Amino acid sequence: MLKTIVKRILQSIPTLLIVVTFTFILTRMIPGNPALTMLGPQAPKESVEQLEEELGLNKSKGEQYVIYLKQILKGDFGRSYSYNQSVVELIKERIPNTLVITLTSLLIALVLGMIVGIVSAVRQYSILDYIFMVLALIGVSMPIFWLGLMLVLVFSVNLGWLPAMGMGSMAKGVWDVVSHMILPCFCLSTIPMATFARITRSSMLEVVNNDAVKALRARGLREGVVIWKHALKNALPPIVTVLGLQLASAFTGAILTESIFSWPGMGTLIVSAIDNRDYALIQGVVLFTAIVFVVINLIVDIVYTVINPRVSYESGKGGN
Amino acid sequence: MSENLLTVKDLKTYFFTASGVSKAVDGVSFTLKKGETMGIVGESGSGKSVTASSIIRLLPPKIGRIVEGTIDFEGKDIIKLNKKELLNFRGKDIAVIFQDPMTSLDPVFKIGNQMVEMICAHQDVSKEEARKMAVEALKKVGIPQPEKRMESYPYELSGGMCQRVIIAMAVCCKPKMVIADEPTTALDVTVQAQVLELLQELQDEMDTSILLITHNLGVVWKMCDTVMVLYAGKTVEYADTKTLYAQPLHPYTWGLLDSMPKLSDTVKGELNTIPGVPPDLRLTGNCCNFYNRCPYAQERCGKEVPELVEVEPGHFVACHRQNKENKLVRGEENRNE
Amino acid sequence: MAKQKNTATAEVLGAEAHSQLIKRERRANNVWNKLRRNKTAMIGLVIVVFMMLMAILAPLIATHDPNAIKPSETYLSFGEKGHIFGTDEFGRDLFSRIVYGARVSLIAAIGGTVVGAIIGILLGLLSGYLGGAVDAVIMRLMDGMLAFPFVLLAIILMTILGSGLPNVILAIGIGNVPSFARVVRGQVHIVKNEEYCNAGRVLGVSNIRMLFRHILPNTISPIIVYATLNVAGAIISEATLSFLGLGISQPTASWGNILRAGKDCLNTAPHIATISGIFILITVLGFNLFGDGVRDVLDPKMKK
Repeated sequence: MLKTIVKRILQSIPTLLIVVTFTFILTRMIPGNPALTMLGPQAPKESVEQLEEELGLNKSKGEQYVIYLKQILKGDFGRSYSYNQSVVELIKERIPNTLVITLTSLLIALVLGMIVGIVSAVRQYSILDYIFMVLALIGVSMPIFWLGLMLVLVFSVNLGWLPAMGMGSMAKGVWDVVSHMILPCFCLSTIPMATFARITRSSMLEVVNNDAVKALRARGLREGVVIWKHALKNALPPIVTVLGLQLASAFTGAILTESIFSWPGMGTLIVSAIDNRDYALIQGVVLFTAIVFVVINLIVDIVYTVINPRVSYESGKGGN
Repeated sequence: MSENLLTVKDLKTYFFTASGVSKAVDGVSFTLKKGETMGIVGESGSGKSVTASSIIRLLPPKIGRIVEGTIDFEGKDIIKLNKKELLNFRGKDIAVIFQDPMTSLDPVFKIGNQMVEMICAHQDVSKEEARKMAVEALKKVGIPQPEKRMESYPYELSGGMCQRVIIAMAVCCKPKMVIADEPTTALDVTVQAQVLELLQELQDEMDTSILLITHNLGVVWKMCDTVMVLYAGKTVEYADTKTLYAQPLHPYTWGLLDSMPKLSDTVKGELNTIPGVPPDLRLTGNCCNFYNRCPYAQERCGKEVPELVEVEPGHFVACHRQNKENKLVRGEENRNE
Repeated sequence: MAKQKNTATAEVLGAEAHSQLIKRERRANNVWNKLRRNKTAMIGLVIVVFMMLMAILAPLIATHDPNAIKPSETYLSFGEKGHIFGTDEFGRDLFSRIVYGARVSLIAAIGGTVVGAIIGILLGLLSGYLGGAVDAVIMRLMDGMLAFPFVLLAIILMTILGSGLPNVILAIGIGNVPSFARVVRGQVHIVKNEEYCNAGRVLGVSNIRMLFRHILPNTISPIIVYATLNVAGAIISEATLSFLGLGISQPTASWGNILRAGKDCLNTAPHIATISGIFILITVLGFNLFGDGVRDVLDPKMKK
């Protein structure tokens, strides 16, 4: 098992390098002169040139790349001109807010989605199964930002029950914090929930009909134990894979959800960075997210090996 | 004579599929006595495994259904058991050993945990006691280093070892009966004999009945007190082993016995086979199922389903040409055709 | 005598009935017939065909010029003054904009999928068939691309390329390359080791011929399934980009930018955001239903 894990960690190093390089190439391809954008179009030529030199923009692309790599290794992601703050600091400030809603939503989605999926699988072709699966399909077919708008429309504009904007503060009590979280979390959890329900159902169906489960039933174990303990653990690997993918897409979802609910997280940060053409910030956020992704995938693969001991046994199936 | 443990009468289990009703088991009757071993033989698709699944009521939901017959186990009608009673019946009264040992253990749980779980499900013991019992059982089935094996995952053991674990698990709860559904088919030849011996030893020790499903007539001869021959979902002959081997009555049984390779055969001799193929199970039920392959078939055989009749005490056969008054002799000229 | 008996057998065990059974089975297993019996797939197909017809016949269906501005009739609600879905902030007829928006949204989604599929299939074929260093390089590149959240990648690409329909197609296409490459590569690995491929190699069939005549056709059914489901995702991608103001820009109508406009007047004219979103939802649902159905029919074992 350890061997598989080490192999997997080594495998992700070239991926990281590619991510870092891609980010460099992509951000350099964005049209416009960053120095000029920072100082405004009326800035005198000398100060633009001075800033270019400061930023290392007058050096060759190769030199820039080397400097960029060195900076990243030192954990320096540059300085955002629009916030006038270091990018790392900005990310540090924003990331907890994003994590709060993403993780809460994913947790809700995972628990509810799995329950729905298992119930659907156990009662395959029942009316309940059909209703759940139609709802799940609608769930995965919805643009997340539209769902967000509709939630705002119904619960804030029409009913006036919940706030539509911003983050609550503990100073105003727990309810203020919770009430601000309900709509973004509802919005963010819908798609993953539907996805979990679908994958759990199909994975469970595959397991429930196999010989191992028949043998378990023949042992006289209670149906609850057979389904919720044995079948579920056997059905877990695809669910974990999807969990990894969902962690990734929940982040994407967060970008959109945050911009709708004005939630001060990474999503609003990148949107404002794009609006302001703040290259250092764009580069920093993109790079950070991509690195987080690679790490998440790595963790998912390791968890996969742990919950499914056969993977490391049938060596080589652990990676992709 | 010891008392009857299991009596199956005219069991019919059908599969309701999109392309028609498949009569997987269409009239199976037999009796299993306490402490005895009965063999069920027949080719693939003859309904052996479905019979076993019917007895423990584990048919594929919605598709498979017992439509007729009774299954009497110590006076209880298994078909009428409710869910809770079934849980106590499976595992505790009756244990099943399936064909493929690798898929009959849950691959993602350690062997020890699976054994403890099963013991705790049927007996009122603590986890520690259950653990001790499990280790004891593993030792009994001849698994070296039982304590260590308790911590193994099924894939870490060989097929033969897994089958031993399953047998250990089966005997943990001291069942009255064990259904062994082709327990050796998936194993190496060298391991097969060991597993069968183990089964026999445990049977002697605990006075368990065994229902042995196999297509190996040699195994039947070695292990079984009585034998039932199944063909296309129907009991065609049923007798004690010696009688069946010495005086088989059904033409299908003749063919089956002939197709068994014998050591006395010349080395290069061809294997005997029964010409033709079994009928489609969706279309049976209007005549003798063996009609199209039977060299002794008569007009009547193509019109009526033969009843299972007791031609001699304890010897049942379902053939129009075999009854008390009228005996068909092997190799007899088929005059009536 | 033997002949006689055979006919008798045929009658009794129902050779007639048996051949009918086989015929019925064969008919039931035909892909199209299976698909036709799959209710969800048919509902999906109806939706997809409906939306496509709407896009193709847009000039015939639209009741107004989608870009005609009428300052006196802004923010009309459903059915007011002959506007089926009302009007938007410039007094443009929303129904006509939705109908024309279907064109742009579907072209962007299908175009993006086709671009992604073509590049992805080529890379996947090369990677899977040649293996070795080529495979390692291509796959690590794909891993790297997959490490970027799709929206983030598309956002950056759109910032580089600038808005507009061709660029949206390109951005969606590039974003879809890695997953197509992976699907195809996996499939090639399965097909490559089949007997007929070994036979072909022994007979000295050229690599190119091998790839395009033998391997590609055998990987086609998962590609079709994947592409169908991918169009569903691509519709949302277009909407997302346009919603963020990076995709299709005004005055051209697309479902995404109608929704973006609707966001700004959610309080005064909620119908704009609602109706455009519903069209996106139904179309995506249609492609998902159809894709699921096709997958079940082509290969019940292919779950992901």
